[in-house]
Amino acid sequence: MRWSGVAQNNCYAIWSRAEPSRVSTPLASSPKGGPGGGLQIQFSEVEKRYGMRLALRGVSLAIAAGECVALVGHNGSGKTTLLKIAAQLTRPSRGRIAFDLGENPISLEEVKSRVGMVGHHTLLYEELTAEENLIFFAKLFGLENPAEKARQALQPVGLAGRATDLVRTFSRGMRQRLSIARALLASPGLLLLDEAGTGLDPEGQHWLGATIQRLRDSGCTILMSTHGRNETQGAVTRAIRLAGGKITHDSGATGNPREILVMAAVRESGEEGAS
Amino acid sequence: MTLARASGVILAKELRTEFRSRELLGTTVVFVLIVIVLFSFTFNPTSSESRRFGPGLLWLAFLFAGSLMLQSSFLREQTNDTLAALRLAPIDPFSILAGKMAANFLFLLLVEVILLPVFAVLYNVAILPVLGQLLLVLALGTIGLAATGTVFSAVAAQARLRELLLPLLLLPVLAPVLIASTEATIGVLRDPPELSMVWLTFLACFDVVFLTAAWMVGEYLLEE
Amino acid sequence: MGTEAQSETSSRAVISAPSVLAVFLLLAAASYGALIWAPTENTMGLVQRIFYFHVSSAWTGFVSFILVFVGSVAYLRTRALKWDWLSVASAEVGVAFFTIVLVTGPIWAKPVWGIWWTWDARLTSSFLLWVLFVSYLVLRTLVDEPERRALVSAVFGIFAALDIPLVYFSIWWFRTQHPQPVIGDGGSLDARMGWVLLLCWAATLGVMTVLIRLRYRLEALRAEVDAYRMEASRNA
Repeated sequence: MRWSGVAQNNCYAIWSRAEPSRVSTPLASSPKGGPGGGLQIQFSEVEKRYGMRLALRGVSLAIAAGECVALVGHNGSGKTTLLKIAAQLTRPSRGRIAFDLGENPISLEEVKSRVGMVGHHTLLYEELTAEENLIFFAKLFGLENPAEKARQALQPVGLAGRATDLVRTFSRGMRQRLSIARALLASPGLLLLDEAGTGLDPEGQHWLGATIQRLRDSGCTILMSTHGRNETQGAVTRAIRLAGGKITHDSGATGNPREILVMAAVRESGEEGAS
Repeated sequence: MTLARASGVILAKELRTEFRSRELLGTTVVFVLIVIVLFSFTFNPTSSESRRFGPGLLWLAFLFAGSLMLQSSFLREQTNDTLAALRLAPIDPFSILAGKMAANFLFLLLVEVILLPVFAVLYNVAILPVLGQLLLVLALGTIGLAATGTVFSAVAAQARLRELLLPLLLLPVLAPVLIASTEATIGVLRDPPELSMVWLTFLACFDVVFLTAAWMVGEYLLEE
Repeated sequence: MGTEAQSETSSRAVISAPSVLAVFLLLAAASYGALIWAPTENTMGLVQRIFYFHVSSAWTGFVSFILVFVGSVAYLRTRALKWDWLSVASAEVGVAFFTIVLVTGPIWAKPVWGIWWTWDARLTSSFLLWVLFVSYLVLRTLVDEPERRALVSAVFGIFAALDIPLVYFSIWWFRTQHPQPVIGDGGSLDARMGWVLLLCWAATLGVMTVLIRLRYRLEALRAEVDAYRMEASRNA
């Protein structure tokens, strides 16, 4: 019986976590600036493995402050995984992610207080009221006057009248709106949206599009995954297409995202027609 | 946000959620009651026999109830993926565990305190004169149960067969707590009552060791 | 691809023939010592000789579980899967040794005391440790993804290992309060018996090392197969 040193080293190389994600100094080429405290993100050779499945393969990406990036691609292309890594919900199996605020790098802990996320699930407690949910999260984010902030957050989403009702009684659209309000509570410098438009009626979609526009204008960096054409794409400044965990198209920081968005929409409707 | 404050906020949330529905508390109380009654059928509850067997059966009932009740600690956070919401917040991940441990401790202690008089009546044991000492033993034992149980419910939440897995993991690890708490309770119920410093110190040691271990490695269980 | 692959092949076998031979000889010597060379005990006769294996297996099982603790802590710090391989190998071997303890106990007790089981401190603690690490192994079968399994097992392994001294103490103190017949006691310990016991312990430690290394290699091979499959899917 021979002990296979080659295989063992292969194992270690492939299986061992290569580097934990940590703060890095920004690369020279990345554009800086942007008003209002939007965050910059840098993905360097990010890979994410779930057991045998590779969700992301060697993704390198630099997103400047204030950009509004649309991620397009099929289900399973890695969009949600990329967003989760940006939210620090999961650590990359390899590679790193780094954030900057203005000229300076910013620690991963500090980043958390400036990130708002709307995920696949609503991230809300069914047994608490809308107000209680928001107050709870406001407290966890260390906000002053959590009760006041919660009340203010309910106004724009049209839920001020339902503040004292249990989330359990809400419709799908109302939950989605509350979920978005939750993400916006702490005035984030980075907003991550994972198909935030689902469940919203046309009026809600319109409102979401306007909100995204407003946030972009105030300098917030926005990273959103989107399926096909919808109201929320008006503010997009950059489009990136993912397939099989890799970036296949990137309109770039200064390019025109329309082509990629149109291509994605056509593909979506084409598949829907064919199936 | 400090660890203590974040844990406090989470504890408040847990308490509010539970007291709104009270279903978990109510169900647990009924379950322990059933176990206590069934146990009483297995021997003749004369005063001396009760004092010998009663405490052990009482603690067994608490352990079983605990391992069933602690399930929901993390299962609840899987609805709507609220665990992700907690992890998104700029708080020490251990505060999530700490808040839940504190909540579970309070719930379990409440169940035990509710059932203590029932136990006293059914088994003809006088608890009023030694109530303070009894509560001390209950508290120390329950800290161990809640701390370990909360961590293991986070472990079981990631595996299959979690309803069966949690008792499987928890009960062997808590065997020392069972021994110590039972012996301490027997001592307190003796005539004259004696408070065993050895067993109480032991329980305190158990609590410290496992709380420290939970603090050091518990947060890894919340990773994705 | 194969950029991580290296050109040299290590020729170090996981278990060399000489070391296996050494362990085998040690075991043979220990058996001879226990069964023939050591003096027959006065009160209990031949059956007492099982005590050497009973006690050494308990001590060796204990060492195995310390290794589980070491592997678990090392995994959490380095996230290198090889530590998880060490943990599972040590846990399985530890369970095997404690099974020996649980089987030899009654074999000893029945002729001497007339009862199959005595709740003596060593036997009870061994039983509890056995249950504890069987739970560890059951936990592992219920988690599929390798890294999640390693993480979850490491945390439970640490808790289980920290429980060991607490288990021993609580059962020992309980026993001193409520005495019961003890296995392995009730006789004098001759100087020769002491030597044989140490020899037996050395032999069982040797067997433990061999078994753990074999099991470790099995786990490594499985991971290697998975890794190659991973490479293939990456290049696909």
